[in-house]
Amino acid sequence: MCWQPKIIAFFCNWCTYGAADLAGVSRLQYPPNIRVIRVPCSGRISPKLILSALRSGADGIWVSGCHPGDCHYIEGNFYARRKFALLKNLMTYMGLEAGRLHFSWISSAEATKFAATARQVTEAVQALGPARYMVKAPIRAQAVEA
Amino acid sequence: MVAGGGIAGIQAALDLANSGYKVYLVEQDAAIGGVMAMLDKTFPTNDCAMCIMSPKLVEVGRHPNIDILTMTDIQAIDGVKGDFSVTLRRRPRYVDPDKCIACGLCAEKCPKKVSDSFNQGLIMRKAAYVLYPQAVPLKYLIDADNCIYLQKGKCGVCANVCPAGAVRLNDREATQTLTVGAVILAPGFQPFNPTGQDHLSYGAHPDVMTSLEFERILSASGPFGGHLMRPSDRREPRRIAWLQCIGSRDQNRCDHFYCSAVCCMYAIKQAIIAKEHADHPLDCSIFFMDMRTHGKGFEDCYNEARHKHGVRFVRSRVHTVVPDQQSRQLALRYADESGHIQEEHFDLVILSVGLQTAVEQRRWACSLGIALGEGGFCRIDDFAPTAASRDGIYVCGAFAGPKDIPQSVIEAGSAALCAGADLSEARNSLTVHGALPPERDMRGEPPRVGVFVCHCGINIGGVVDVPAVRHYAATLQEVAYVADNLYSCSQDTQNIITAKIRAENLNRIVVAACSPKTHEPLFQETLAAAGLNKYLLEFVNIRNQNSWVHMQDPARATAKAKDLVRMAVAKALRLAPLKEEKLEIAPKAMIIGGGVSGMAAALAFSRQGFPAVIVERDGALGGQARHLFRTAKGDNVQDRLAQIIRQVADDPRITVHLNSELYRVEGFVGNFKSILTAGGRQTVVEHGVTVIASGARELQPQEYLFGQDPRVMTGLELDRRLREDDAAVAQARTAVFIQCVGSREPERPYCSRICCTHAVVSALHLKECNPDMQVFILYRDIRTYGERESLYQQARQKGVIFLRYDRERKPVVNATAEALEITVEDHVLRRPVTLRADLLTLAAAIVPYRDETLAQFFKVPMNADGFFVEAHVKLNPCAFATDGVFLCGLAHYPKPIDEAIAQAQAAASAATVLLSRKTILTSGTTAQVDPRLCAGCGVCVALCPYNAPALKGDGPFAGKAEVNPALCKGCGLCVASCRSGALRLLGFDDAQIMAMIEAA
Repeated sequence: MCWQPKIIAFFCNWCTYGAADLAGVSRLQYPPNIRVIRVPCSGRISPKLILSALRSGADGIWVSGCHPGDCHYIEGNFYARRKFALLKNLMTYMGLEAGRLHFSWISSAEATKFAATARQVTEAVQALGPARYMVKAPIRAQAVEA
Repeated sequence: MVAGGGIAGIQAALDLANSGYKVYLVEQDAAIGGVMAMLDKTFPTNDCAMCIMSPKLVEVGRHPNIDILTMTDIQAIDGVKGDFSVTLRRRPRYVDPDKCIACGLCAEKCPKKVSDSFNQGLIMRKAAYVLYPQAVPLKYLIDADNCIYLQKGKCGVCANVCPAGAVRLNDREATQTLTVGAVILAPGFQPFNPTGQDHLSYGAHPDVMTSLEFERILSASGPFGGHLMRPSDRREPRRIAWLQCIGSRDQNRCDHFYCSAVCCMYAIKQAIIAKEHADHPLDCSIFFMDMRTHGKGFEDCYNEARHKHGVRFVRSRVHTVVPDQQSRQLALRYADESGHIQEEHFDLVILSVGLQTAVEQRRWACSLGIALGEGGFCRIDDFAPTAASRDGIYVCGAFAGPKDIPQSVIEAGSAALCAGADLSEARNSLTVHGALPPERDMRGEPPRVGVFVCHCGINIGGVVDVPAVRHYAATLQEVAYVADNLYSCSQDTQNIITAKIRAENLNRIVVAACSPKTHEPLFQETLAAAGLNKYLLEFVNIRNQNSWVHMQDPARATAKAKDLVRMAVAKALRLAPLKEEKLEIAPKAMIIGGGVSGMAAALAFSRQGFPAVIVERDGALGGQARHLFRTAKGDNVQDRLAQIIRQVADDPRITVHLNSELYRVEGFVGNFKSILTAGGRQTVVEHGVTVIASGARELQPQEYLFGQDPRVMTGLELDRRLREDDAAVAQARTAVFIQCVGSREPERPYCSRICCTHAVVSALHLKECNPDMQVFILYRDIRTYGERESLYQQARQKGVIFLRYDRERKPVVNATAEALEITVEDHVLRRPVTLRADLLTLAAAIVPYRDETLAQFFKVPMNADGFFVEAHVKLNPCAFATDGVFLCGLAHYPKPIDEAIAQAQAAASAATVLLSRKTILTSGTTAQVDPRLCAGCGVCVALCPYNAPALKGDGPFAGKAEVNPALCKGCGLCVASCRSGALRLLGFDDAQIMAMIEAA
């Protein structure tokens, strides 16, 4: 079996987490590489959390929320979108592969889109190989051991 | 008792159950949801229907004071208001809902395939099935008409495979009688069935379909997974046509005189969505008679469809649709506006079918003693818009006339209010509130984590090695107890968990099972029952997001489950008990505006037993209704208004402040403190809720010689003259009405909704006074929506002449001494016509007051037109996003009296939910500021859409931010944006998320 990346996914409770649940109800199959952290809103995700995930040994990050305009908290995902656009620039500047970071907007009815995006994200991260840039060797070793 | 589990019935049931009444929700089908559950998106915002509806479905499903009776219909209602005895018939489900765990094995193994009615027959399902994936209750059933066992006595596979032993193939019909105090009927509508309309080829060709069938095609959970295809050859269509008014405004083919009120908007919505779905340019054409986009935001949507999305609108009623063998398309033949016959070819033809009351439903209504109107819809009064003809029975939704979702939700609130008012003495007498043990003080205790891993039958256990996950969990730090359960959600397991928490002295619980979205509240209750703070629970989703989606890879699914459990334990160690703030509610309502809406709201509060205060800027009550002559149903407005004003004056619970304005407002939901000023005198009112019913006014037109010639007047001025029996009006030989004066213009793009009906009512009255009078109505689209269409018909029968004009070629008015000369291009003759009139009435727009101060006081938003913006355009049309503030009447959008009263009652109903609770608990998941770290920059204050953070004015830490837990919704936006790291989101704190990240 080829190398399997570990991807940390931050999903908003109201849309994408619901889509992931519906994908399950619809028995749509996708690769088991993502580890989901549920948050109330994509607006809760600060760049700090994303960078921490990379530092802790994640090979990829996937953040997904409600479609812009559909936010359960009125406008949280607009702020998220702006932060993520800046973070992506920062990551490129730092020399991190932009392909490790993925954003999407998936409503709670879009199970098919969810499963397709899960596949895309996994394949994209897999193509990049294990993350090296920010990972300190001992932490990496621990993560692999665990 | 609420009959009908569509969106109207759901809303009525929730309003009643949440304000202290026991509710039986009776549904004919196997699950609640109604037609809205079948929809893909909702207009005009294109919100996903299921996404906005499912929280309501779950709330009803879990509500301790709502009993859902599915597969049940009402046979008879005996007794009188306050004491009805209702006979119910339950049809067999063949599955025991108490045992069914919705694993779907019965459907998987069932050998019989049948047409799926929920998906409009576009695909097949099994004879054992669940209505739709998000169904509430999520319980399977067996379709007796198609089940091999029930038809032929052989098979029974479902009973053999069911792991829970829930299949009961010997289930029988049962009858029961329930005693209830009030009944709300919300049985909904049936979409018009165009079978037999052979000129449209419906049924003869698969690519001619109804709008509801198309809705399923667009739906992501529909037959084609949201992929736009035509059924005949599964190819993507390039050209789609919508034909409007199929089964509406048509007495020749179906005897439906009325307009169905929703089809224009849903056709526009579908055209826009279809274009979004298509990967290639898609040509969408809508063939219509009058475009009826009369609701809030509708006209904008229509304009966007035309200009931004390039949807084509053709004013014509298509007379024939025939399949074209050569092109494998459908040929449409129609007469264009100049009368020429055109033929066009399309890949897909959508019939925008209307709403109707089924024949059986009409018979049923009659048997219950409910009077129906001409169109088959329930007959109601303009001033009691949800009261059925039988005392103590109320109606809402499309059964009371064709209407859209927000109007149905409004009526549901109104019906709930009236039903609740009839029973207000019995409030809280039958409802259950679980008594909870006192919460254990766990300060100083080292963490002791209990991990419960669920098999969910074979749903998880069939893929994931559950015992291995349990063993693994036991090796994790601070885990004191582990167990695996067959069904964690079953009542007996819940009791075991409660016992274990006590026996093992556990203080953090991790449940690895299905989805927290459906089951977290249940387990939280279990924790509370064991005396543990409910926020000490962490949920791990190893079914929906693991075993169900990695069925082919059990080893990696098991590894993933272990990872997820490890992450959850890491977070659980950092969980702390959270406090829900308890807020007292001042049991009083303040209503801003003393028009019909404001007074209706005040009376509604009083009927529920709560005092109300009306603040009116004017010197008299009545608002715009003081100027009106008659309603669409012919009621004399002044007589009825006088009755209402008298009721308000006589009501000891209602206080009226005339000539008063708001000077200052402090506080928030439950505890508002408002200072009113009247002639320099100040009054302080303490109130728990606020209703904004501040109204709107008629535009003073700038065109058509208004203000320059006494023969030109607005609609309200004509009403005044009609009330006063003005001789000049009665003796006029020719009267002309010009519609859309100031509405549907670039500077005021909305439709004022009521002017078409108002003009037609006035025209009919003029014809009644003087049958020889020539009456002309110059219009752009006639928008006599719903059953008001009959007035339009009557007007044409009585000889009122309707001439259509375009905004680009408006009528021109010249005054001479003898007459007003009005020149307009006739849309049939295509030539200018000059009318010589004695009377010109302008249908002036309804314009909001744009009261910025009021908006500031209550922190409520206004749209670009100046109307207030409700919390949700579809499902929360009479409340604001700000808790404790409600909205009704013209301040929301132009509307006739019946709709204004319904909305006022609905606003009062929603507010009653708060008032009847006496105290409210805030959520524990809120943001909190560490003032030692806060720099006082104010970013959080600027960001928060709910105005929860504020900078402290005085005391210790003045100038630092502080979050009001009563206003905070717990989204965490401020937390992620705080540049000092001073904000924490309790329950989703950085330290907790970081711990999960590190454990991943």
